[in-house]
Formats: sequence, structure tokens, C-alpha cells
Amino acid sequence: MRVVVDLTRCQGYGQCVFLAPEVFSMGEEVLRYDLDPPDDQRDHILRAAAACPVQAIHLDWTAMRALPASRECGIRFEGRIVIVGGSLAGARAAEALRRDGFTGPLTVIGDEEGEPYDRPPLSKQVLTGQVAPEHTKLPRVRRVEAEWLSGTPATGLDVAAKKVLLADGREIPFDRVLLATGTRARPWHDEREAALTGVFTLRTAGDAAGLRAALAAGPKRVLILGAGFTGSEIASVCRELDLPVTVVERGPAPLVSALGGVIGDVAAELQRAHGVDLRCDTTVTSLEGDADGRFRRALLSDGSTVEADVAVVALGSIRNVEWLRGSGLAAGVWGVTCDAGCRAVDLNGLVLDDVFVAGDIARFPHPLYQYQFMTLEHWGNAVAQAEIAAHNMISDQAHRWPHLAVPVFWSSQFGINIKSVGVPTFADQIVVTQGSTADRRFVAAYGYQGRLTAAVTFDQGMWLEFYQGRIEQAAPFPQGDAQPARVPERLSASAETTVVVTGHDPAERRVSLLHTPGGVTS
Amino acid sequence: MSCPFQRLLDPSGRPDPYPLFAELRATPVARQDDGTYVVSTYREIVALLHDPRISSRRRDLDRTPAFIALDPPEHDRLRRLAMRHFGPPGSPGRIDALRPDMLEITTGLIDALAGKRRADLVEEVAYPLPVAMICRLLGVPREDEGRFHAWADELIETLAPGEERRAERERARREVTGKLNDYLDGLVDARRREPGDDMLSGFIADGEMTQVEIVRTGVLLLIAGHETTINLIANGMLTFLRNPEILARVQADPGLIVPAVEELLRFEPPVQMLSSRVALEDLTVAGVDIPAGSPIVLALAAGSRDPAHVPDPDRFSLDRPRNEHLGFGGGVHYCFGAPLARLEAQIVLTELVGRLREPRLVTDPPPYRPSPVLRGPRHLWVEYAEVARP
Repeated sequence: MRVVVDLTRCQGYGQCVFLAPEVFSMGEEVLRYDLDPPDDQRDHILRAAAACPVQAIHLDWTAMRALPASRECGIRFEGRIVIVGGSLAGARAAEALRRDGFTGPLTVIGDEEGEPYDRPPLSKQVLTGQVAPEHTKLPRVRRVEAEWLSGTPATGLDVAAKKVLLADGREIPFDRVLLATGTRARPWHDEREAALTGVFTLRTAGDAAGLRAALAAGPKRVLILGAGFTGSEIASVCRELDLPVTVVERGPAPLVSALGGVIGDVAAELQRAHGVDLRCDTTVTSLEGDADGRFRRALLSDGSTVEADVAVVALGSIRNVEWLRGSGLAAGVWGVTCDAGCRAVDLNGLVLDDVFVAGDIARFPHPLYQYQFMTLEHWGNAVAQAEIAAHNMISDQAHRWPHLAVPVFWSSQFGINIKSVGVPTFADQIVVTQGSTADRRFVAAYGYQGRLTAAVTFDQGMWLEFYQGRIEQAAPFPQGDAQPARVPERLSASAETTVVVTGHDPAERRVSLLHTPGGVTS
Repeated sequence: MSCPFQRLLDPSGRPDPYPLFAELRATPVARQDDGTYVVSTYREIVALLHDPRISSRRRDLDRTPAFIALDPPEHDRLRRLAMRHFGPPGSPGRIDALRPDMLEITTGLIDALAGKRRADLVEEVAYPLPVAMICRLLGVPREDEGRFHAWADELIETLAPGEERRAERERARREVTGKLNDYLDGLVDARRREPGDDMLSGFIADGEMTQVEIVRTGVLLLIAGHETTINLIANGMLTFLRNPEILARVQADPGLIVPAVEELLRFEPPVQMLSSRVALEDLTVAGVDIPAGSPIVLALAAGSRDPAHVPDPDRFSLDRPRNEHLGFGGGVHYCFGAPLARLEAQIVLTELVGRLREPRLVTDPPPYRPSPVLRGPRHLWVEYAEVARP
């Protein structure tokens, strides 16, 4: 029986742990669970799922007694729908299409073999060995009649001819298409060094299986490149496994690019308190191997050397949009630009009615944040945006919805449940409103020009909902002992691609993109 | 005619308060003449349950209240210390491991109904099981039940909302909590001398709560641990017997007891309202300004039947997908004993439904206890043809 918990919604009530203690476990607020528990736990799991106060536990539809009803879409769309991307966003979109009454032909194209799986556990309970990497398959939340073309990457999109081109030469026609190809791990820039045995990235279940095996072998030290959420979570697992770990971070503290410097400092103290050898304002300049091609040491920008036998490159992700080059869509390293209704925009900024985008690659304008375009690589966003995209694909204009969800994400590391609502980098001020950073149990509010824009909690997840409501109401930034937010400058992601406008007459003015091969971003 | 909230407080409305709750929802935030604000719509209640500007520290009745009447961080500290011996992270499997005991006690209680054709399910089943369980968990001798039963009943009646006759109620509450505190104080001393594997002994062994904190926590868990579950069980049988098609479905498919108990918590919640919150700052809720210091009542039973939240709210349904309700409140004060209450209700109702042949209500509506906050039948007389073997 498959289980997945929507940890975006979870508030840490712990009811599931009481009712199914062999499947779910909880620290102060960090929830861990078995994604594929044995059948003898079925009754326990059904009790736990029913009891969840926020109904965050999802099971296979076959285990559910009642399924959510379909929603009104106006005129039914009857054409052929193709979803490119078979992971969380693609799978949820397929389920939502069928739930809401779409009966036409549906094809899902995925580059990975097998059924879609859940990625967040890959950097947590899979690495600790509590859950096997192959036991992370997502529950099928309803029956989906669809043609699944897995293991077949898409290589091109012909918008005019309404066809998706596949690597094996096939052409898949569509009336409407959803692009949800997600991201991949950013590899180490030096291919030869990246190929050393013991050098890993972490994105897929296969990556997790390899890294888990390397950690289980008891390396004398693990080196982690990058202290974003993934790098920090892996460092946390290493400490849980009692493995020595060095984390090298380019910025002044962990998590700075997501949460700013004030919380970054808290995260740095947290890592060091757990025995992480944390090197900030430092980068790795090269990875060195021995004669057998095994990773042995890394050279750092401060001239020092770290001896280790496992290195994890956790330097962020790259959006899988290269296949859209030449499609005429406004697609680049920033993602695929779309409107708030998930409809893709072409190079000229014109909305396309038959091409939709969802998940990690969708770059959409958010009205709460001055209509800035943003991409959100969060589990909750993939689910919410897939719902909106699916709905809009089969709705008439009058029934279409905007994707206005306030971003929420979570991480668990070093025994602490970190949650965020809003956009913490959209801030000039920060104040601790509840608890204290010294206890590592607190709520921090972020504000921009006097308005509340985000909140971050450490083991205080139950309060997040309040702050979400306040953000939605454009509430004033709370009074208190505020500090500068110390958030990074918004990254410019245009280095690989240049936008050029040509023509003078309004009927002739058009945009084109100039690609710079091998360009570097950020 | 007086306003709906005043009529809700009148005992004559106890058998069916739901039309009054529906009237109340027409004004999501309703100011009463005494300055109390009654909130009755789902979204607004959920928002206030998660609002740090709302305090549970209603009155300085007691300088050292139990965690139910405290705010963070003191609330969090005491609740976590108590949770260490009840649930995760310290004792994750403790409540689930009680299921065989619950079933054994339940079986004995229902066995005792055989040989007659008529029983009061409140006195004979719904009351004894939760009392036995909380006594066992806490380490309270079962034979003392006669003493604290009367105190518990008195205490419940002091938990009414509104400012009218508040001083009188608070005097009564002080008096009865004094007796309960003295009783628990003696019990804690006894456990100190002779520890067991119960929660009180656990609190003592931790050494992190003061004697007074252990006593207050003990009184809270003893009272809350059974008074509410009685109502959940009694309301459950009442609802099943009023809806023969529901009864038949649960009889045919015992697994349905899980959604049935969730629906009961939504449809006939044992805790109808939270009556002791207060605004710490000026707030605006659903367009209504609530000045700092105002008492706030959260009408949970109204919120769980809000048609804006749940379709067809006045129908009892076993088929609601994702049944989110306010039966156990929400936020940091979410019912501490919820898992215990759920399992007790699931087990007792399964056994009653499975073993009583041709059950029918003798009186409908049954007589109710007077409290508008913890609402439930005083007696639930049921006739039946026979009692099946377990």
C-alpha cells in the first residue's frame, strides 16, 4: 500500500503516529514515514489517514472509500491531451483531468522508466536506509486511463503542427499539451572530475540508491558542495548516520539564497552544533581522484584540502527545457514563461491557448509579489499548479482559474522541521514574532516595504496558516525588533540567452532569443 | 425573541442546537450584549485557532493553570512534558497498544447487557470504558471513581460561555477544582512513594514538572479524558439508531466505523464550543472589529456544519472524502487525548453495533446533560432483542 504525506499541509499534530506507530514516526515536529508499508499495516494506515486533522495523507485510490468529486469546468474539452513529464506534476495533472471528467485520449510522456515516485524522501529517509529507494512510488490517487510512454524523452515541440517529438523519432499529436518536464541536478562543471567514483548528485531514485550505498559503506568523510536545502538535508543524514561531513558553501551561511542571512546564521549554528564541518564563503575548486578513478580529496578556494571519499554536488538544479529550443516558446534557463492560468507564452509574450505549463519549469507572474515572474521548485507548488493547469486545459474561458497559491515549502534537517510560506527573498526586513532563535523554535516574519511577505518557522508549523492568511490580506509587517533581511540579490538568469527585439512597425515587431552555448548562470 | 446564542445556552435547546447554530452563522462574528464575540463559520474559526493574537489564558482564576488555559511558550513546555508519556515522540505506540485492553473492557461491559432487554448505554457502556482507560493510563485507582465522578460533573457545569453569572460559576469552579487538586495531590504523593508504569509516575520520574504542575495536568487529563468521550460514544449510538441505513451499513462493513467516527465528530461533536479565548490585541475578523480584551467563543459545532465548508452539512454521511472538521479543535490546543477518544469510540461502537440485536431508542430525544459546551445525553435508554456473543 502506498502512502504519501502532503507535508506542505501537515502541521505536526502527530495523529498518524499515534494510530499507526509502525508506519509514521515523529521527532518534535519532523514527520518520517514508510512510503510503502506492508499490508498488515493497512487498518492502522486507514485509521491514521482518516484522523489527520488537515487530511494530508494520500493513499492509493483503491484503499479509499470516497473520492473527491469532480469540479465544474463549463464546456467539456474533448480533444487529445498530451502531458510531457511523468513525475509529480504530470501525474497529478493526469489524475485531475480524469477526476474532472476529461474522457478524451490522454498520453503521458516521461523520460524516467517506471511509475512516478516521491522525491523529498530521497534526501531523508531513503538516505538513512529507513525506506528503500524503489519504495517511494507515489500513490495513485485515482484510476487514470492513460497511455504512459515512460523512458522516452521528448526532444521537441512543434506548436504549429501540434506535435511532440520523441527521441525515438515518434511524433505524438495533441490538441492541448502540458509541459511538466521538471528539473535535473546541476552537475559538477568538470566532467572528468564529476565522473570520479564517489562523486554524486541527488535528484532521481537511482541517484539516491547509489548515494545510500556509498553512505552505508561507512566513508571516512563526506564532502557536500552547497548548503542549500538538499545539501543541508544530506549533511543532516550524514550526522544521523554518525559520518563525518564537511559542507562547503559559496554564500555566507546555509540556506541564505532561500531564507536570507538572518535565518542562514541560525542554520549555520544548527549545523555546527550537530558536528558539521561547515566552510562558508568558500567554494570547491577541484575534485581529485586516485589512480583507480576514486574520489579522494577536494581543493577549496581558501587553499585548503578536504580528504573525503564521497562528494555530493548539491549546487541546485537545471530546468529541463532544452528540448523546447526552437519551439517558439519563451523558454530558457529561467523556465517556461506562462500566465497565471498556466498557459505558455511565446517568444513575443503572446499567450498560447493550447500549451500549458506546470511544476518546476513554470515561470508565472504572482500578483501578490508585484506580478513578478517566479518559478517554484516545491512539492506543494507542483501539486497545486498541476491542478490549476489540468482544470484550465478542459475548461472554457469563463471557468478558468488563476494559480494564486501562496508558496509553501518544508525541509527537515538536524531534527528540525523548517517551513516557509510566502517568498522569503522578497523582503527587506525580518523579525522574530514567536519563540526564539536560540531555542531553534520560532516564527520569523519577513516584510517588504512595510508589508508582510513571508514567514519561516522552525518547529512551529501550526502557526504558518495564520501568516499565510496575513500575507494574502497584504497585512502590515508586524511591529518588533526588526533587522535587515539580508536576502540575496535576485539572480539574473539571462547569461545563456539574450532576448532581441527586431522590427519597427507594430505588426512586425518580434522577439528572438540568442543562445550562448556553455554559458554560466548565477 | 432573544438572539440565537442566548437561546443556545438555554437547556431547552440542548436536544437539537443545530438550527440555532445555523442562525448564528448568518452573522459569522456576533457581538453579544455582554461584550463576548461568538464566531461560528468554519474559515473564521480555523483562522482564530491559529492566531497568536488569541489567548487561552481567559482569567487569572488560578496562578498555575493546566496547559489548556496557557499560551505558548509555557503551554508548549507543559504539553510536551505531558505528551512524553502519552504519544510521540516519547511514547509513540502507547495508545495503539491499549486497543486489546479497550476491547476486553468493552466486551465485559456488553456481556453484562445480556440477560436483559433494556439498558442505559451512557451509564453502562459509554461512561465506564473511558473512565477505566484514563484511570489506568494516569494511575488513578479505579475504586476512587465515585469520588471524582461527582466533582467532574460539577466542574463541567461551570464551563459555560458568557459573562452573565460568571463570578458565580468561577466561585463554583474554584471550589470543585480545589477538591480535585487535593485529591490528585494525595495521589501524586502516593505515586512518589510507590511508582508504577502510569503517566503520573512518569511525570514524577522526569523531575521536570513541579508538584503543582503534575497535579494540574493530572486533573485536566482525568476530566477531559472521559467527560468528552462519553458524549462521543452516546452521540454515536444515538445517531446510528436514528439512521437505520447507516446502522445497517456499519453492521455489514465494520471498517466503516473509521469514517463514521470522523463524521460523528463533525456532526455531533462532544465539544460544541471553546468558550474561554480572549483577544490580546484589536482584531478584525470577517469585517468585525474585536477590541483587545474581548472574550471570544469559537462555536466549533457551527463551523463543522458550515455549508461553505462542507456540502449538505446537516446530513450524516459515511462517504465524505477528506472530512476535515473541528471536532477536536485545532492549532496548538488540538485535543490532547484525540487518539484515545477515537480508538475508544471506534471499538465501543463497533462492538455495540455488532452485538446488540434489533436495538431501538426508548426515548428520542433522550434527556441531555445541561452543559452547552460539553453536550451529550444524560441517559440513552435502548431496547434490544438480545446480545450476540463477541
